[in-house]
Amino acid sequence: MNNSNHDPHDLEQFIFSEDTLAAANAEITKYPEGRQASAVMPLLDLAQRQCNGWLPRVAMDYVADFLDMPPIKVYEVATFYTMYNLAPIGKYHVQVCTNLPCWLRGSDDVTAACKKNLGIEFGQTSSNGDFTLSEVECLGACVNAPMIQINDDYYEDLDGITTASILTQLAIGDNPQTGSQVGRNSCEPTGGLTTLTEINIRGSGEE
Amino acid sequence: MLKDKDRIFTNIYGHHDAYLAGARSRGDWDDTKTLLGRGRDTIIEEIKASGLRGRGGAGFGTGLKWSFMPKEITDRPHYLVVNADEGEPGTCKDREIMRHDPHKLIEGCLISSFAMGAHAAYIYVRGEFVRETEALQRAIDEAYENSLIGANACGSGWDFDLYVHRGAGAYICGEETALIESLEGKKGQPRLKPPFPANAGLYGCPTTVNNVESIAVVPEILRRGSNWFASFGRPNNTGTKLFNISGHIEQPCTVEEEMSIPLKELINKHAGGVVGGWDNLLAIIPGGASVPLLPKAICDTVLMDFDSLRDVQSGLGTAAIMVMNKSTDIIAAIARLSAFYKHESCGQCTPCREGTGWMSRMMNRMVNGEANVKEIDLLEQVTRQVEGHTICALGDAAAWPVQGLIRHFRPEIEQRINDAKKQSVAA
Repeated sequence: MNNSNHDPHDLEQFIFSEDTLAAANAEITKYPEGRQASAVMPLLDLAQRQCNGWLPRVAMDYVADFLDMPPIKVYEVATFYTMYNLAPIGKYHVQVCTNLPCWLRGSDDVTAACKKNLGIEFGQTSSNGDFTLSEVECLGACVNAPMIQINDDYYEDLDGITTASILTQLAIGDNPQTGSQVGRNSCEPTGGLTTLTEINIRGSGEE
Repeated sequence: MLKDKDRIFTNIYGHHDAYLAGARSRGDWDDTKTLLGRGRDTIIEEIKASGLRGRGGAGFGTGLKWSFMPKEITDRPHYLVVNADEGEPGTCKDREIMRHDPHKLIEGCLISSFAMGAHAAYIYVRGEFVRETEALQRAIDEAYENSLIGANACGSGWDFDLYVHRGAGAYICGEETALIESLEGKKGQPRLKPPFPANAGLYGCPTTVNNVESIAVVPEILRRGSNWFASFGRPNNTGTKLFNISGHIEQPCTVEEEMSIPLKELINKHAGGVVGGWDNLLAIIPGGASVPLLPKAICDTVLMDFDSLRDVQSGLGTAAIMVMNKSTDIIAAIARLSAFYKHESCGQCTPCREGTGWMSRMMNRMVNGEANVKEIDLLEQVTRQVEGHTICALGDAAAWPVQGLIRHFRPEIEQRINDAKKQSVAA
């Protein structure tokens, strides 16, 4: 990211940085000649990352020009998908899943911990600009529920206490452990494996 | 119970090296050239014979779907598009394949694309899966570096390119034509069918869209034979399957089991049982948010496969099992799903755009009992006006959970309403 000290509200111009430009050109090569519009989603993502997590109008216009698309087609995409942020956003975007599998396992506690720890409601940004809190739909980690996503990482198997701990660590500049907060490797049962236990099976996978 | 030697996803928990060296030790990329040498038609016939049905929810025969692709390749190139837009609430199986067994998916992409005459494939991964996309891309880079894909893939003479495209947060893009629209750089709004993608899909070219799990099991089926795969499960419901078990169980997990395993056995054996014991079970949603729930009495005996669940007016869907014990406010649970569908309706078809809002608002009133008992029938009627009246299946998916609730828990809804009435009279 560049412009990290730059107030995005002031953005009147947008141009891809050198790194972003290389990444954007690499994205375009994935699609056939003349189908560069297919790259609009990855390019908006790149632009958003360069703009501290949101998409100012000038960035959308730049992407439209870059891909030789009518700007309205880019606005349509940017407004249709939930991951494009059309207003400035906190340094950490805390997204709480409250869908059924998370709710059944205590996402209400996670939500309460977020609101209390950050002092904000869903849809708000903390006064120092560090945290934005959002309620989101299923993030696809349901056997590790309840979970939240913060920027690019998932934090799973949460409760109110571990949620607060993660937020506190971020607030003081630490890097909290991502993934399961109860020591699971991934989606295996907590009480010990019920499968893949036989030794020397074909493809046990040991290097 | 399925034996470990018959499991396909032997690194599903990520306890071993996910990348090429580890994948090779698990049998991936073992003489892929010879598999391809069997020829397009033979591969498609083998997949048909295995009985593999699509693992993304609809359960359409995978081999049959492939056979709809044109035999001759003309000036319109063929495409395979892999649906990794995993977003059906309860579902988190493709995520584990992508980050822990990505080479199974990549090898499957090569073989499937070859069988359908496609020189290029796209894997459309949901946008939130940033880390999963990184793992998958790393594995793809490895496959290119080792000439497993790219020009003359595996020395087969077949040129094959594989690309990852990340979405940006839209459940509807899991619908195959919406996914194609999105891949073309547009809003993810489903297309009318026909034309079907096999005739006019991505860029108007012949395209097949398959789920991650469907593609990732293909190499193993070819290596071990269709008879091996078909030996698991019941006829028309064959193979092994990844199950996600979430909600009120002692040990939530993802596990590969034999199709047609009894639901109760699956939960007790792998998920540590229902919290509070089996008798504390209230209801289970057996196949992701879109399928109707089942009350305990049905869960006692039902088998986890397409036909068995269809026979009890539900469905296998994505095999994402959400368990709810007696502590659950079942009306609130389904209301949460209604809110989800309202949020995710793409807005294209009026019955869905308006109906999901209606259903969600009515469900919210049912949660508080702020309704008239007669409105339960009205709500049921609204679901019938959405179901079957939209371009894609999201309308159906929004209607079915509500129908399931009314079918099995009507007395609870009525009681909630009557209790609320009594309270307001008392107040």
